[in-house]
Amino acid sequence: MRSIRAAATGAVMLSLALAASACGGGSSTGGGSDDSPKELTYWASNQGAGIEIDKKVLQPELDKFEKQTGIKVKLEVVPWSDLLNRILTATTSGQGPDVLNIGNTWSASLQATGALLPWDAKNFDRIGGRDRFVDSALGSTGADGQDPAAVPLYSMAYALYYNKQMFADAGIDGPPATWDELVAAGKKLSKDAKWGLGAEGSNPAENVHHAFVFAEQHGADFFTADGRADFTGDATVAAVKQYVDLMAKDEIIAPGNAEYAQNQSVSDFAKGRTGMLLWQSASANLKSQGMSEDAYGIAPVPVQSGTPGAGKQVNSMVAGINLAVFKNSDNLDGATEFVKFMTSDAEQRILNTAYSSIPPVEAAQEDPAFASPANAVLRDTLAKSAVALPQVPDESQFETAVGTAIKELFADAAAGRAVTTDSVKAALTKAQQQMPKK
Amino acid sequence: MSPDTAMTATAPAAEAAVRKGPPGAARGRRPGRIRRIGLPYLLLLPALLLELLVHLVPMVIGIVMSFKELTQFHIRDWGSAPWAGLDNYTVSVDFDAPVGKALLHSFLVTIAFTLLSVGLCWLIGTAAAICMQDGFRGRGLLRALFLVPYALPVYAAVITWVFMFQHDNGLVNHVLHDQLGITGKPSFWLIGDNSFAALLTVSVWKGWPFAFLIVMAGLQNIPRELYEAAALDGAGMIQQVRRITLPSLRPVNQVLVLVLFLWTFNDFNTPYVMFGKTAPEAADLVSVHIYQASFVTWNFGTGSAMSVLLLLFLLVVTGVYLALTSRGRRTAP
Repeated sequence: MRSIRAAATGAVMLSLALAASACGGGSSTGGGSDDSPKELTYWASNQGAGIEIDKKVLQPELDKFEKQTGIKVKLEVVPWSDLLNRILTATTSGQGPDVLNIGNTWSASLQATGALLPWDAKNFDRIGGRDRFVDSALGSTGADGQDPAAVPLYSMAYALYYNKQMFADAGIDGPPATWDELVAAGKKLSKDAKWGLGAEGSNPAENVHHAFVFAEQHGADFFTADGRADFTGDATVAAVKQYVDLMAKDEIIAPGNAEYAQNQSVSDFAKGRTGMLLWQSASANLKSQGMSEDAYGIAPVPVQSGTPGAGKQVNSMVAGINLAVFKNSDNLDGATEFVKFMTSDAEQRILNTAYSSIPPVEAAQEDPAFASPANAVLRDTLAKSAVALPQVPDESQFETAVGTAIKELFADAAAGRAVTTDSVKAALTKAQQQMPKK
Repeated sequence: MSPDTAMTATAPAAEAAVRKGPPGAARGRRPGRIRRIGLPYLLLLPALLLELLVHLVPMVIGIVMSFKELTQFHIRDWGSAPWAGLDNYTVSVDFDAPVGKALLHSFLVTIAFTLLSVGLCWLIGTAAAICMQDGFRGRGLLRALFLVPYALPVYAAVITWVFMFQHDNGLVNHVLHDQLGITGKPSFWLIGDNSFAALLTVSVWKGWPFAFLIVMAGLQNIPRELYEAAALDGAGMIQQVRRITLPSLRPVNQVLVLVLFLWTFNDFNTPYVMFGKTAPEAADLVSVHIYQASFVTWNFGTGSAMSVLLLLFLLVVTGVYLALTSRGRRTAP
């Protein structure tokens, strides 16, 4: 009897203890503070060929920062597949990192949640002023007329990577400058189990980036001036169809690419299975896969006709990574200090060299390290012919909805089903219906 | 907390009463009864509290969310999200509009998938268990081998299947197309219409060992004499299975089928690992569909409303199933 009673008492105590500890989570207050000035948590996006490579690149710099300021930075590199969800979860719970990387296209969406510290004039002054940054990069940091939700960290642009040897073997003189030339070159390359062009058909974000550029070239916008989704205009449908037709009609993309979502198209290019690749800042990735820099050339992404420029001559989105501060950080001063460090001229040179991206900081961009022919193409594109994706709160929903629609169109093309203007329009109509109602 | 303190306070008296003699003693009866009734509840308390924390609290929050317009503008502070009334529900069940239509499609796909998967899991599991009933050399090894899919971590197992289903380098296409020449050209398994078959294959592969395990346990309780008597009466293998094995397994099967149904219907891991965040239409299971609906629109209110509807559906199915099967049990001889 005694033992039963002891057991019962023990059970009660245990359950009370569990209940108490489970409720004892941290309480999140709305605003930030400077309660723990000696520590920061940093979520970095995956920029290198693998997470380990990112850690190798970043850790020495974080150590440098600790030496200068005495603030220890805990690093976590978050894969792209998880990053947005992790940020949403952190936003919902109020338990997140102090400083984080965001894809620059998400800026307006995340800005709307109010979770990120706005970069007003006062905050910009603390990191050396807004005018240190290149304009095109600042164009992708949040909605028009609001203080930016983040500051630019790495800038990237799409370029056409082509295999020099394969081009020579197929008797192609130089990189194509228009889509017609690209298709012609692709047809010459597509034989003997090799293909003209690679694509990530099952990766919604990649699909959207390309569709966006094609839409610009057709003079179409995915959003109306007042921020409503408008995916089904004739020009938009034609633009998306032109992209999917590279597989469906022109047959220069291997059908298997329709299920690619893990950067397999980069491996295919590195291994000489495809002759061309449209990618942003691929150099570091190609190098890690054993493709030497002499083996490929870099050219601007083709346009419909003429040369890249503004308006219908746009040939890239403004790609890149922004650095944001979580509003309820408990080390706001330290976080700002860290942003200042990461965007300093010296760090910008080191980091952007490591990731083969372009510094969004003007002074760093003038460094000779970024004057190589490869970087010159990216720099020119960013300066003259790149446009930011729509800076609207629904941007990330747009990426998922339209990107998924294109994924399904690629699946149709791969299965040998016809991709017609009607089927493209139907897919985009469905995507538009998924968007939040206004 | 008062029942507990009362418990400890009365306990010494009760103990004295027990020590004093038979439970007939007038003074000892009441505390003794309290203890008899109270003790089981007390022992259940930790489990109940944990259940409350782990299951009920999130469920209630989910139900509350389903009545709110919880979009990206409000996720930082749920309290500020405006009440949506029944809007989230009307959107979800308006089958003429795109959101409801997609949900209905996904629901039907899930029903078809679940029925097929549970049926096949049960059939293969039962057949295997019956075949393994009689001792033979290597039976233990085979039994262990059969259980491997069930023992493997889901992610590792499913990702291996994903590699096998790949279009260009996958094992499935290599065997079906390159070696056997069954298909005219390599098929796509992870996108397009075949994805349903691919998903079903993985689900059955993953699920049948559980059916096998449970049925095997159930078979141990069937007396051997029954089979011997039936054999003497001239019953063959098929008749023995039909007249003895299956009726004896009835109670086991009732639970097994219900559990398999609920697991399969709710399975999130398998489709998510196979297809990622956006499943192909043919394999758009409702769990991933709800996930996608929540994260595409960032409208967690609608996602929650869909989840609540799903919960209600499963409650109804479970309730009807239990009512039907328990009535059957009462009338059974």
